[in-house]
Amino acid sequence: MSKLDAKIPEGPLADKWTNHKNKINLVNPANKRHIDVIVIGTGLAGASAAATLAELGYNVKAFAFQDSPRRAHSIAAQGGINAAKNYQSDGDSVYRLFYDTIKGGDYRSREANVYRLAEVSTSIIDQCVAQGVPFAREYGGLLDNRSFGGVLVSRTFYAKGQTGQQLLLGAYSALSRQISKGKVEMYNRHEMMDIVIVDGKARGVIVRDLITGELERHSAHAVVLASGGYGNVFFLSTNAMGSNVTAAWKAYRRGAFMANPSFTQIHPTCIPVSGDHQSKLTLMSESLRNDGRIWVPKKKEDAEKLQQKRIKPTEIPEEDRDYYLERRYPAFGNLVPRDVASRAAKERCDAGYGVNPTSQAVYLDFADAIMRYGRTEAHVKGIHNPSDDQVRELGKKVIEAKYGNLFQMYEKIQDENPYETPMMIYPAVHYTMGGLWVDYNLMTTVPGLYALGECNFSDHGANRLGASALMQGLADGYFVIPYTIGDYLANDIRTGPISTESQEFEEAEKFVSDQIKHFVNNNGEKSVDYYHKKLGKIMWDKVGMSRSEEGLKAAINEIRALREEFWKNVRVPGSDTGLNTELEKAIRVSDFLELGELMAMDALDRTESCGGHFREESQTPEGEALRKDETFSFVSAYEHKENDPGKSELHKEPLTFENVEVKQRSYK
Amino acid sequence: MKLHLKIWRQNGPQDKGKMVDYDINDVSPDMSFLEMLDVLNESLVAKNEEPIAFDHDCREGICGTCSLFINGEAHGPDRAVTTCQLHMRKFKDGDTIYIEPWRAKAFPVIKDLMVDRSAFDRIIQAGGYVSVNTSGNTLDANAIPIPKHDADRSFDAAACIGCGACVATCKNASAMLFVSAKVSQFSLLPQGKVEAKQRALNMVKQMDEEGFGNCTNTGACEVECPKEISLENIARLNREYLSAALVE
Ligand SMILES: Cc1cc2nc3c(=O)[nH]c(=O)nc-3n(C[C@H](O)[C@H](O)[C@H](O)COP(=O)(O)OP(=O)(O)OC[C@H]3O[C@@H](n4cnc5c(N)ncnc54)[C@H](O)[C@@H]3O)c2cc1C
Ligand code: SF4
Ligand code: FES
Repeated sequence: MSKLDAKIPEGPLADKWTNHKNKINLVNPANKRHIDVIVIGTGLAGASAAATLAELGYNVKAFAFQDSPRRAHSIAAQGGINAAKNYQSDGDSVYRLFYDTIKGGDYRSREANVYRLAEVSTSIIDQCVAQGVPFAREYGGLLDNRSFGGVLVSRTFYAKGQTGQQLLLGAYSALSRQISKGKVEMYNRHEMMDIVIVDGKARGVIVRDLITGELERHSAHAVVLASGGYGNVFFLSTNAMGSNVTAAWKAYRRGAFMANPSFTQIHPTCIPVSGDHQSKLTLMSESLRNDGRIWVPKKKEDAEKLQQKRIKPTEIPEEDRDYYLERRYPAFGNLVPRDVASRAAKERCDAGYGVNPTSQAVYLDFADAIMRYGRTEAHVKGIHNPSDDQVRELGKKVIEAKYGNLFQMYEKIQDENPYETPMMIYPAVHYTMGGLWVDYNLMTTVPGLYALGECNFSDHGANRLGASALMQGLADGYFVIPYTIGDYLANDIRTGPISTESQEFEEAEKFVSDQIKHFVNNNGEKSVDYYHKKLGKIMWDKVGMSRSEEGLKAAINEIRALREEFWKNVRVPGSDTGLNTELEKAIRVSDFLELGELMAMDALDRTESCGGHFREESQTPEGEALRKDETFSFVSAYEHKENDPGKSELHKEPLTFENVEVKQRSYK
Repeated sequence: MKLHLKIWRQNGPQDKGKMVDYDINDVSPDMSFLEMLDVLNESLVAKNEEPIAFDHDCREGICGTCSLFINGEAHGPDRAVTTCQLHMRKFKDGDTIYIEPWRAKAFPVIKDLMVDRSAFDRIIQAGGYVSVNTSGNTLDANAIPIPKHDADRSFDAAACIGCGACVATCKNASAMLFVSAKVSQFSLLPQGKVEAKQRALNMVKQMDEEGFGNCTNTGACEVECPKEISLENIARLNREYLSAALVE
């Protein structure tokens, strides 16, 4: 019998959430005042949760490592947020959003969770508009929508290329309102270093004040993690520099199971790597695939000339271009899901058709869209027989209104004008579908410890659809946890304050301070970044877009060796008091070095291909991912054992599909 | 490229601080400014010296964390970019570059190039929100059509990233551009209009308490703002503020 009880409510899919809310325990408002909740992270998931829990009456302490809640990584999300509003009357519905998400995730997510996500999605948009989030609108004053990959409807709400910024500022304003009322105590520049478990329940955390270097103990009746994703295990990713796995990993080490750790999303449209100095990669939003067409040259000679910079892309005639996504997937064309688009780009570049000096880039071209929009604008403006130049100018304005900030970002980095020449793009690590295992209530396997947003595994299966992470973060924070946490805390109304003087707090603090002392006294030879880059390279080459048994086994050995060397030989200048950014990095990288191994183990165990997880041994004759439902229709959930990630025990949560027919995904 | 760097080092809020010289070779024009500092920091770590502390996170111009004063300009010589988006191709071989933190009474230095901008958070806490609960039980999002023009201008104001370049640039260290951007975002939308006047009063009051200076309309902030927040917002804030103050 599996140790994992997902606690899915009974009844028909569409009624589960309502029934559940009607049945679960509530805490009365007077009692909420005696209950403390800790929230780690103030991105979309954490800020929305902290604000809402405080509004309900709980005493909330929120923590973030940035200098302000407004700077969480969610701020960088570009393209948009999905919701089943069906404002465009194009056949959208809660069921269709649910179905698209299950299919997009390649049938590796839980039906009940995904259905609830689709169900509450519409309230998110209402809520955000009420908060003053300035979404894009049409001339009639109503909200505008765009499309994202893997779907055939327009259900994505957006604010130019800054949707995450606007949504986060909305959640931040709600949070600020509660801070001003004294209901949330906000700790900026504080990093959670460990979870404290008392009598089997999560009862507090050890945090480090990043300015003074002091360790602090904070207790609560429940702890909510909303600490984001772990894409930075690859060193280069589109995540912010500080994004890390430490909070989730420490939870794992204290007994929370880690689910599907190998499920990583490699995003097809990012600015290619330019050199060894590179510190991060920049995403060009998927929304660009609404209008941009992806291509490489048909002829190898042309590709070689491009690689040597002997010709310009605009010199290659139409008939010599290979719009390979349109060719291979006529039904979805440039809007196939991310995993499919990324693999197709890699396939072309590996075959020698890449278009930049490293041969690791393809084109994303807006020339057609500019002319198409230009002609419509000319028509609207009553300009008869406009010249091509006039049309182009009008079209550029439309593109600028839609994607201006992305084009500007591109130009600043690449020093090329994407209105005049196609963008160069290549896949990069972007998002992690894997994360802490949670049940339907978003509780981990540790009672009283919850995980929301990107740090849990819950909704996206083996591949996340675009514009669904923002939806999930806000759904979890605004609309799910406020209900489900009450069910647990109803048992705590008489507990009273939790002491921080217990042995458990003592031990956890000592564990953290020993680790810190080790680093600052180590006097090794190599910097933290040296190890992080090495780890990143192993992960990208062997646990990246394409995985094989041989590569994964090698990766596991290499990571173990690297980890050992890191502990012996890392150099952290400075001391454990005061600000020490190298120390912060060392702690984060020490956790990445353990996580990397678990990711490789999970990828090795899953000998099927599904979504973003592509095992070379499991593909169709056309090179598409081949799932093996009879053997792998489960969530893998790892339990930490014996202080060694290599000894983690695998548990399986079987997945059953009662409301969709399970098929091999096809976007042809 | 080879560069001479003159960088502000200050060991903590109480330390006096001073400019320190560093030479750096092998700078590629494709590096971002912060990547150039990464390379310098790696070389300091190699010598067992403490790296230079500076704030950064997203490195793509949206989180508002990075904050350097470069050759006397907030976010450096380029326009409409943050420091993290500045690239070394804007400099020439042999250049001397001065790198300093934001300087303003309300933004005390924490260490080296890092400053404390929590005053901005407290200004938002004083009223930078619409007072609605987060229950989701509200009007349908399309119940109130909003003219596209207003929505777009509201968005333009909302694009402020809270970096503080406006304050650092202003000879009075005024925070008016920042405050006015938030006030404008809301007062241009029906949802935010309801509390517009009170919001302006509360936020301006907090701004004054934090020790930011007065606005004398020099317009320097608009020039250095990486998000090109317009001075029109300051005019709008003044209108909201004056009419609110009259009613009081
Ligand atoms: C460039 C980019 C563009 C994207 N665009 C889109 C998009 O258009 N649509 C979409 O749906 N999704 C998009 N995504 C994905 C989406 O932005 C993220 O998945 C989502 O914002 C994650 O939100 P979160 O609240 O879970 O975590 P985050 O926003 O990452 O927040 C994590 C929080 O945890 C805190 N934290 C972490 N560790 C600790 C610790 N140890 N102690 C204390 N605090 C800690 C941090 O300070 C931060 O406050 C994009 C992602 C990227 C990288
Ligand atoms: S107004 Fe401009 S300069 Fe000032 S904080 Fe906002 S984005 Fe930065
Ligand atoms: S680091 Fe985010 S704006 Fe510069």
